[in-house]
Amino acid sequence: MDDRMGVGSRWRAVLPLLVMAVLTVPILMGYVWIIISTFSQRTYGLVPVDSAGRVGGLTLENWAFLWEDPNIWKVTLNSFTLAVGLTIGVVLVSALAGYALSRISFPGRKAFLGTTLILHAFPSVTLLISIYFVLRWITRVPILGRGIPVIGGFGYDTVGGVILVMLALQLPLGVWLMKGFFDNISWDMERAALIDGCTRLRVWWQIIMPQIKPGIAALAIFSFISGWNEFLIPYTYITDQEKSTIAAYLRSLMSDTAPVNYSQIAAVGLFQLIPVMIFFIFTQEYLLSIFAGGSKGGT
Amino acid sequence: MKLKLENLTKRWGAVYGARDVNIEVKDGEFVALLGPSGCGKTTTLLMVAGIYKPTAGVIRFGERVMNRVPPKNRNVGMVFQSYALYPHMTVFENLVFPMKLKRVPAKERRERAQQVAEMMGIGHLMDRKPGQLSGGQQQRVALGRALTKQPELLLFDEPLSNLDARLRLSMRAEIKRLQVNLGITSIYVTHDQVEAMTMADRIAVMRDGLLEAYCPPDELYDRPATLFVAGFVGNPPMNFLDVEVTQANGELRARCLGLDVAVPAERGARAAGKPKVTLGIRPEDLSIVLGEPGGEADTVVAGEVYVVEPLGRDDLIDVQIGQSHVNVLVNPGLGLRLGDPVRLKFNMEKAQFFDPETEQSLLWR
Ligand SMILES: Nc1ncnc2c1ncn2[C@@H]1O[C@H](COP(=O)(O)OP(=O)(O)OP(=O)(O)O)[C@@H](O)[C@H]1O
Ligand SMILES: [Mg+2]
Repeated sequence: MDDRMGVGSRWRAVLPLLVMAVLTVPILMGYVWIIISTFSQRTYGLVPVDSAGRVGGLTLENWAFLWEDPNIWKVTLNSFTLAVGLTIGVVLVSALAGYALSRISFPGRKAFLGTTLILHAFPSVTLLISIYFVLRWITRVPILGRGIPVIGGFGYDTVGGVILVMLALQLPLGVWLMKGFFDNISWDMERAALIDGCTRLRVWWQIIMPQIKPGIAALAIFSFISGWNEFLIPYTYITDQEKSTIAAYLRSLMSDTAPVNYSQIAAVGLFQLIPVMIFFIFTQEYLLSIFAGGSKGGT
Repeated sequence: MKLKLENLTKRWGAVYGARDVNIEVKDGEFVALLGPSGCGKTTTLLMVAGIYKPTAGVIRFGERVMNRVPPKNRNVGMVFQSYALYPHMTVFENLVFPMKLKRVPAKERRERAQQVAEMMGIGHLMDRKPGQLSGGQQQRVALGRALTKQPELLLFDEPLSNLDARLRLSMRAEIKRLQVNLGITSIYVTHDQVEAMTMADRIAVMRDGLLEAYCPPDELYDRPATLFVAGFVGNPPMNFLDVEVTQANGELRARCLGLDVAVPAERGARAAGKPKVTLGIRPEDLSIVLGEPGGEADTVVAGEVYVVEPLGRDDLIDVQIGQSHVNVLVNPGLGLRLGDPVRLKFNMEKAQFFDPETEQSLLWR
């Protein structure tokens, strides 16, 4: 009797895993294919073949863009600048705004929260043209327009301009997320800190921020990835090849006239994935602790 | 340090948190703020701490008006019900944090933290994070943190509510002893009247944001100024009966259905002649009269046992008199059962009378 129940419950544990494994196989196959194909002349299913169709034909040719095309490093750096700039902006503004929205009651607070949510729901494609005019206008502002080192400025055809636009589109989510994290911190702790001798700003920085580290990590990862992968906005507002980003570079490989080399596109795609992976490895602990119930407890 | 609250009021729109509160605290005094949930105890305390800005009224530390002074410049220590320790800092860091902000030199910081930790019995926990401590230990750390900065005023907001009954008892004694030894002026918020009665030099009873009474514990118990105070203080609570006090042949008698007792003149004078007054009498001022009825004092009333609640040392019995009920503490040895006829002796020397309209005492106001 007992034994049979034991077997039954084991099946109950194994079955879902089995189902999930089966469902995951096609996805895994996709990844495996990408990796194999970047090192092959052609592929037949998952098997690398050479131009004559024989098994073999392994090559580094598809990765040649790394040493042959100087532009790849420029666009990589641009993507990196975009992703980092966006992350800093989103985290900083969201954390401050989220704190204010969570703690301070001021006129228009509710309305503000409501409108940011509506803005978030707005598809960014519909805004492209109006934003274009805004960026053109900013371009004419001295220094701020196109005279800033690293990001180039905040005008049209600059990385900074793209950061600015993406920042605006990302903030509603970020502010709401941060507000949620701040809401979960007890008022008493903040009061205790104020009484202990902190200013408001110090309470925010020394008492509250350390406790929402997992939230900040999550927001930083999302912002970094979306900045790194973003295609539409940099593609629209950056015309200069040298200022463009890696996603736009990938697009330029699919030219309309020449035949498309999918193995090379896979290689560039894989190359694009590397920093995201590294970033994820360093932050996954925080991400996991969010799912495990916040930052409470000893560690 | 002396503390004075003058007509202190806090209002949010139409909601009053506290209303015209007048309290004066002497140097070194331990004052309890007592009242049911939502009566404005925390609101009052947070105004003293500087977290809430008063809508009206004045807060004075000594002679100085503090209304606009930010909390960090008030030099108060506060202990919260939720402990409110900083979870990302160790116990030691929690203890020195307030001193760091006051720019106490590092060496002195360490010494003072160590000293307070020894005093609170948490010296061996210095390297732990709050999440690794029990509730009682956390509350000790919170108390220690309030003490290390050597405040001139200590504020407690129901600090023992989250602890179990036994620990509450020992912490109660400990806090009281600490306060007496250090001589720091303290305000202690609680909804537990036993806590207030045992610890405080004076008790301020609040209700719906208003101050109902402010006096020493024994006076609060023996001479309640309002019906609310009489009912709130004391466990089991005071019995209330609607009676009429009449004067005949120079003698005062309190009457209602099934009850007719003599009232001493000095107790009943102001109650006499009113069509309806509230008679208040504590369970311990009622006693069971044994033996056959007849020829007894004129403060004995017949009734019937309605409910029996064994409390261990005593039985609490509910006796029905006419259509009213009173609680009486009796010796369990009597073996009273439901429906037993009993006779109760009223100790009318301790009786209270209240005006049911104004709820004010007819004895002490
Ligand atoms: N920030 C606020 N905004 C609006 N109303 C408030 C606010 N804080 C308190 N109140 C109201 O003020 C009244 C007093 O609240 P307070 O917290 O002082 O009660 P309390 O005596 O501490 O009760 P408890 O024993 O439950 O802690 C309550 O009616 C409460 O709803
Ligand atoms: Mg309270």
